[in-house]
Amino acid sequence: MTASVAERPTAPRSPATAPGRPERAGLRPARLAVLLVAAVAFLFPFYYMIVGSLQKTPDSTIAGAVPHPSNTTGADYSQIDSAIHLGRSLLNSGIFTIGVLLCTLVFGLMAGYALARLRFAGRSSLLTSLILVQAVPFQLLVLPLYVLIVRDYGLGDNYLGMILPFAINSTAVFVFRQFFVQIPAEMFEQARIDGAGELTVLWRIAIPVARPAILTGVLLTFIGPWNEFLWPFLVTKDQNMEPLAVSLANFTSNLQATLVANPTGGIMAAAVILAIPAVVLFLVFQRHFTSTHIDAGVKG
Amino acid sequence: MSTATATAPRSPAPGRPPATADRRRRFLPRVGHWFVTPYVVFLLVVFAYPLLYNLWISFHRFYFTAPGAHVPSRWVGFANYRDVFADPVVRKSFVNIGIFLVINVPLTVVLALVLAAALNAKLPFRGFFRAAFYLPYVTASVALVAVWSFLFGSDGLVDKVLGPLAPDPSWLVNSTWAMPVLAFFVTWKQLGFFVMLYLAALQNVSGELYDAASVDGADTLRTFLSVTVPGVRPATTVVTVFAIITGSNLFTEPYLLTGGGGPADASVSPVLVMYQKGIEQAHPDFAAALGVVLVVLVVALSLIARRFTEKGD
Repeated sequence: MTASVAERPTAPRSPATAPGRPERAGLRPARLAVLLVAAVAFLFPFYYMIVGSLQKTPDSTIAGAVPHPSNTTGADYSQIDSAIHLGRSLLNSGIFTIGVLLCTLVFGLMAGYALARLRFAGRSSLLTSLILVQAVPFQLLVLPLYVLIVRDYGLGDNYLGMILPFAINSTAVFVFRQFFVQIPAEMFEQARIDGAGELTVLWRIAIPVARPAILTGVLLTFIGPWNEFLWPFLVTKDQNMEPLAVSLANFTSNLQATLVANPTGGIMAAAVILAIPAVVLFLVFQRHFTSTHIDAGVKG
Repeated sequence: MSTATATAPRSPAPGRPPATADRRRRFLPRVGHWFVTPYVVFLLVVFAYPLLYNLWISFHRFYFTAPGAHVPSRWVGFANYRDVFADPVVRKSFVNIGIFLVINVPLTVVLALVLAAALNAKLPFRGFFRAAFYLPYVTASVALVAVWSFLFGSDGLVDKVLGPLAPDPSWLVNSTWAMPVLAFFVTWKQLGFFVMLYLAALQNVSGELYDAASVDGADTLRTFLSVTVPGVRPATTVVTVFAIITGSNLFTEPYLLTGGGGPADASVSPVLVMYQKGIEQAHPDFAAALGVVLVVLVVALSLIARRFTEKGD
């Protein structure tokens, strides 16, 4: 989006390191204080989510923010499990997410590789579209896509209909492309001289070295469908097809509260389960997921 | 494509043979086309065609039909657009988004830059802080909205902490506070992403400028304002434009956190109206026109913001 920084090679360098200038005395405690206050503000809701998911009866008093043995139970998890068919919802979320991941990895890596290392007519305009597309808000596409996919093609309550609009994550394609551009040409030379086809070169040479880019792509792509609410909400009418985000939202807004003894606890329990996979994936990949990649994905 | 076949049989130039095999292969047509075909088809099916279709719908009287059924759509010119502009809820939703952006965008820019600047040093627990800031960004809105409604609900923890200072009626059912709470929520959820963007941008600010400022005896605040802030101006443009786009497309938060844009439409957003009118009440033509209006406004706003943030001194 900013022309000034476009096309700047973004090598997979280590996480941003501080410039080596001397620190003014007294500044370090100030920095740490600011960061600590912010970290508490960012993390407290997560902590509170877990505390709430373990309460027998919702306790919103200040004392209730600290778990108390007499008010602690695992019942909220089993209640919400029976109320929203947790297993089935997780399965739906899983199929939706894995479908998107597979399409993005297969077709996205091919497109990213071609955009970086192959010459073909229309390459530069495709690269421009790739960047423009990331600025198109999905919400604008929701209505025509709903008309087409649900009404015209009859793909409501269908995994295909759920996956289609997210199938290839453009930001991931861009991250792949940026990575492949930086691989020295010599790495591909020998394989090509030996007569390997481009698909072999991609599979044997490019993909093995692109692991950090692929991990970033997986994380970026994963959080899209796993966290998405609006689209699967529109596509599903059948409760058995709802991904977890939709089941939880419907439970919250329709107040099927009468079904369980402690609705707040149940909602918190489902929220914890919905949050865990993305959070764990992020913490595991964090090392690879440097600011450089986000930078590359956004700057265009 | 014809040039590709012409250059292919050329013999390697003396002294620089390695480039030729690569170039010959790269100039072969088709291979690249095969590789990008799935992605191009995807872009056409999911972006290009729906965008054009949306525009077409917005100029017709359009009805939902069952798969396979065809109901003729009558050309109605700008009638849908007139309906959109005459609708009081639509107007309210644009005012709300205005309130939202006035709070969200400056807050995002200032907090993200301050946190990024604070992180930009050799510090203990740096990785922990980065992860903590990023956590809400990777987590589903639906899950986070659930905790926020527990925190900000009537008699929630926030009310308990504030005691007599808590607004009455409580935050999410208070027509003055509903929109600001949504703006705070989105700022909180997205901030980590923008902190990382600024952190990357800070790596490009020359250390010499800081040295010069230090020689001139500038204090921390002065250095921040005269070196850091101008140094990351391109990133500020990106952050502002992204925050505007994200904010204008608010849906999940008013749908869930304030129970469908309540109280009494105090927190309706344009996308929520698109959903309510277009899909719930089956007026897709109205929603399509509203979508076009929203995008035109967002693009205009982004261009203004870009001009504003890129302006040199």
